[in-house]
Order: sequence, then structure tokens, then C-alpha cells
Amino acid sequence: MANLKTVSKKSKAQSMGMHTEVLTGRTQQKFFNPDEAENFYYFGTYDVDFNKRTELDVKDMTAPEANKEIDNLMSQGYGTIVIKNPQGKHSLGVGILNKLNLIFEGSLGYFGMGSCDGPIVRINGRVGWSCAENLMAGKVVIEKNAGSCFGAAIRGGDLICKGSVGARTGIDMKGGTIIIGGDAGAFTGFMMQRGRIIILGDVGINLGDSMYDGTIFVGGEIGSYGSDAVDAELTSSDQDWLKRKLKVAEIGENFDVSKMKKIVAGKKLWNYDNLEPTEKKGAI
Amino acid sequence: MCGIAGLIHRGKSSNVGSELQGMLQALKHRGEDSTGYALYGDTDGKNFIMRFKVGENVGEGSSSVMEDVSVYDERKKVVDQTLAEMGAKVVKEERTLPYSLRYEIDYNTKDLLDFSQRIESIPGVEILSMGKSLEVIKDLGNAKMVCDRYSLDKVVGTHAIGHARMATESGVDIKSAHPFWGYPFSDVSVVHNGQLTNYWNNRRVLENKGMRFMSECDSELIAVYLAEKMRDGATLEEGMKESLTGLDGVFTYFVATKDSLGMAKDTMAAKPLVLYESDDLVAMGSEEIAIRSVLPQEIDTYDPFDGEVKVWQI
Repeated sequence: MANLKTVSKKSKAQSMGMHTEVLTGRTQQKFFNPDEAENFYYFGTYDVDFNKRTELDVKDMTAPEANKEIDNLMSQGYGTIVIKNPQGKHSLGVGILNKLNLIFEGSLGYFGMGSCDGPIVRINGRVGWSCAENLMAGKVVIEKNAGSCFGAAIRGGDLICKGSVGARTGIDMKGGTIIIGGDAGAFTGFMMQRGRIIILGDVGINLGDSMYDGTIFVGGEIGSYGSDAVDAELTSSDQDWLKRKLKVAEIGENFDVSKMKKIVAGKKLWNYDNLEPTEKKGAI
Repeated sequence: MCGIAGLIHRGKSSNVGSELQGMLQALKHRGEDSTGYALYGDTDGKNFIMRFKVGENVGEGSSSVMEDVSVYDERKKVVDQTLAEMGAKVVKEERTLPYSLRYEIDYNTKDLLDFSQRIESIPGVEILSMGKSLEVIKDLGNAKMVCDRYSLDKVVGTHAIGHARMATESGVDIKSAHPFWGYPFSDVSVVHNGQLTNYWNNRRVLENKGMRFMSECDSELIAVYLAEKMRDGATLEEGMKESLTGLDGVFTYFVATKDSLGMAKDTMAAKPLVLYESDDLVAMGSEEIAIRSVLPQEIDTYDPFDGEVKVWQI
């Protein structure tokens, strides 16, 4: 193997065996250009107008039908879509890679708003397991409670639950911020790699178990610490950031952040230091 | 993956057969190998209701065999004879299917252990439930198929629990289907979603104490475990709390008695449960869509936390 410290980016990837296939024609590989950041869009997304508003009643629709109709409305330029009667259906609002103002008047089932990048979402109800899994960017606000695996593997964006959440919140998260107004269940922050979790209430057992990196702030009682989760000093910068974040999240504005506990990885289990794509964006 | 659902009306009765059918049918994507109902119907409380089977409905992976109806008839005759010998009078008899029977029995005893042992000593006969309110009905297929087959949609009562099964640990047959009766306790039933990893260890211990297992389904352990705790004097809630450490693995289960319904969730909270609670009604299921089948309007629901045990009275 070539010396990885001296080879170019292209040959480094190839020498590590990541690009062994022979590509022909136009490459699909994209490298981030900061000049394009504001205008970046995915193939198949739409130019929408936030002032163009419509309602969609999904009571008698299946989840694929509802998601297809949301896509259809975006293609017509609607930038604000109000979903009526979601009635706990699974997988609503998944895969939206568009700027969009989406409002659910009711509750979602499992996997709601999964794999999204960019939309601003307000859910005036509860969400089931794995809400906003793999969120890349955007903001999702839940007015009531959330199920387990809330914000699993998110890479960016803000995920806010004003009520309480189940177990394994932020499992495997790689960036972004999760804010919980109430309590959180067991194994919160399990194997998290980056990002921040804020819990204003109590949290269950095994907090931050096997976390690689990232930060967890807790306002209430902690059931127990997980493996390699340790206390850290809450700095004035942390407090300023918490105040700003809670204000933007419209949650716990009068909360005394100076009494919060800060939990980080002891880093005794792993050595882990690879930047995520969204963090590379910021580093450039 | 399996789906469980339950509901309890407080202070009134309702059409629990139809309601539970709707809840379980909403969960059919979690498994439709078999579906089972434990219905607590309105009765005068005088007679025992015994649901039992004299044969199997055999599906994939089952060690049971299909038999001729004449074999079922012979077994039924032996059951009738045994009941007569014990002084139990059959007041009403229904034979919904060739292998599935429902008896209303006038029998004055508080100890069902001897009664059950004698009935189940007849080869091929299994009591699905015994109680003055409880009726366990389970068979292959999804919730609607079982409901239609046994005409459950008109059952009126206070509470019910049910199970939509995707068979993983044992075969597709009635004996492995949920709910399980809390043998030999009158009116106790259990449904479970999850996997118990100390099943065989616990089973050996309980069998040595005289408890009976009819299947190799790990979920049956919960019913037997709780029955043994109650036999030793524990309350239902105490038994359920002990189960959080006594049972190893991942589980969410419901247990129902004549006048109560309870739920327990393991300490890792690995199995789902959504709960709705009001003064009149408690409804719960593996997914919110189960609750939505009886409460389509916007409601407040939540996930119970890890290690949580709750019990409600009618």
C-alpha cells in the first residue's frame, strides 16, 4: 500500500480499495464546492414558493400514495403543505430532499420524515419509532411525545420533541442536534458519534453507552451512565449555545441551563476521528 | 416480529370482539401466521367457560399432524365422559370447527389444577382457556379471518388482549399461537412480543415445581411464570415486576385477569408499545395504528419507558 500521507486524494481513495471499478462516461461522484452551497439541490427536486400553500387530506391514502402526492404538490411549486389526518400512518414524509414547509395536523407512525434533507417540518401530534432517521439538514418539531430511536443516525439539522421520547434516542447519530423537552428513555445517545443531544427532563439507564464522540446535556436526573460516558465541565460557551438553541427551538426558554450536566465520551473504547460530509462542508 | 394489542373499558362494556379485531387487523403486517383473542365477555359469572381443542390446524413448521374428524369425535367423547366423572355438568356446548369447542360448565371448584390435568391427560386435547369470563380463541390466519371463522365481532365485554403472530421460535399451529392461558388460574391470559433467552432454564425449574407447558413457544413461559408467582401468593403486579429480572431477553407483554389488564416492558425497552389512557378507556398496541382503529380522532399517546409495569382495573 502506498504511503497515505503523501498520496493525492484520488490515489489515496484508490489505494484504500474504495474505487476499484472502471468508470466510463460522466462520473456521478460529486465534491462539495462552497460557492454552490446556497444553490445546491438534488436531482429531481423542485423550486418551490413558501407562500404558495395547500392542504392534503391523507385519511384514505396509503403512505406511498401520500408521499407521491406531496412530491406532486412540490412539483407544482407548493412550498407550504399542510397534511390532514395522518392518523399514525407509517413512513409519511420520507425522502424529501427539498426545501419545504411541511405541517402535519396529527400524529405519525414509524419512520416518519426519514432520510430527509432540507425541509422544515412541524408535527402537531406524536411520532412513532425512528422519527427523522438519517436526517441530513432541516428542522423537525414534534409538539407531543416521540417513540424510541428518535433521530437515529441523523447527520445534521435540528430535531425537537416538546414531550418525552422513548429509548435509544440519537442512537448512532453523526451530527445535528436533538432537543427533548421532557424525559428520555434508556440508552439515550447509544453509540453516538457526533452531534449534540439536549434533554431538559430525566433520562433513563445507560446514558451515552459506548458513545464515540458528541455531547449530551441533561437537565434532570440520570438513571445511570453507559460504558465510556463521562461527565465534563459545562463551560460558559456551552451555556450560551444552550440558551440560543433552546430559544430557537421555542422550548424551555426560562430553563436554568447553568445547572445542566454535560456528558461526553471518555474515549477509552475507540479512537475515532473521521469528519462527516456535513462537517467537511463547514471545514472548507 | 409480532403485534400485540389490548384494551380495557373502565366502568362499562363495549363490543370488544369487534374492537380487538380492528386493532389486530391493523397490525397484520407484523405477522399473520396466526391470530389470537383473549376476550373477557359479559357473563352471569355462574358457569365456567372452557375453550378447548381436540386437534390441530397445521401450518408451516409444525410437528403436529392433520387428523380425521372421526379422531376428534372420539376425543370429544372421552372429554365428555371425563367431565361427567368429575361431576362437571355441561350446560351449553358449541362446536365452531371440528377441532375447536366451547363448553359452558356447571362445576363447583376453586382448584382448576386437578380438573385441567385430567382433561389434558386425554391425548390430543388442550384447554385453551378456562374461566368465568375469559375466552381464548386462536387459529391460523389474520385477525379478520379468525374473527369471521369464530364469529367474534359481536362479543361484548370489558377488556381484551390479542396477538398477531409471525412464527419464529416454533411452528405455525394453534398450540404455539397466543394468547396463552395462565394455567391453572381461572381467567388469566398473556400475550407477548419479543424473545426470551432463558426459556429452557426457567421451563425446567417450573416443570419441576409441577407447572405444565403445552408448546415450545417461549411466550408460554410468561403465562406459566406469572401463574407460579401467583400460586405462591404474589399479586399479579408483584409477579409482573419480578418478571423484569426473572425473564431474560427482550419483551413487551400484556396480561389480563377477570377484572384487570397489565403491561410490562423489559429493561432495554427493545420492543415497541404505544399507550393511550383516559378515564374511560385504556388502549395499547405495538403500533399507534392499532389504537387508531378504535380512536380515529387525534389523541395523546406515549411510549412506556424501559422496565415499566402498569396495571389497570375495569
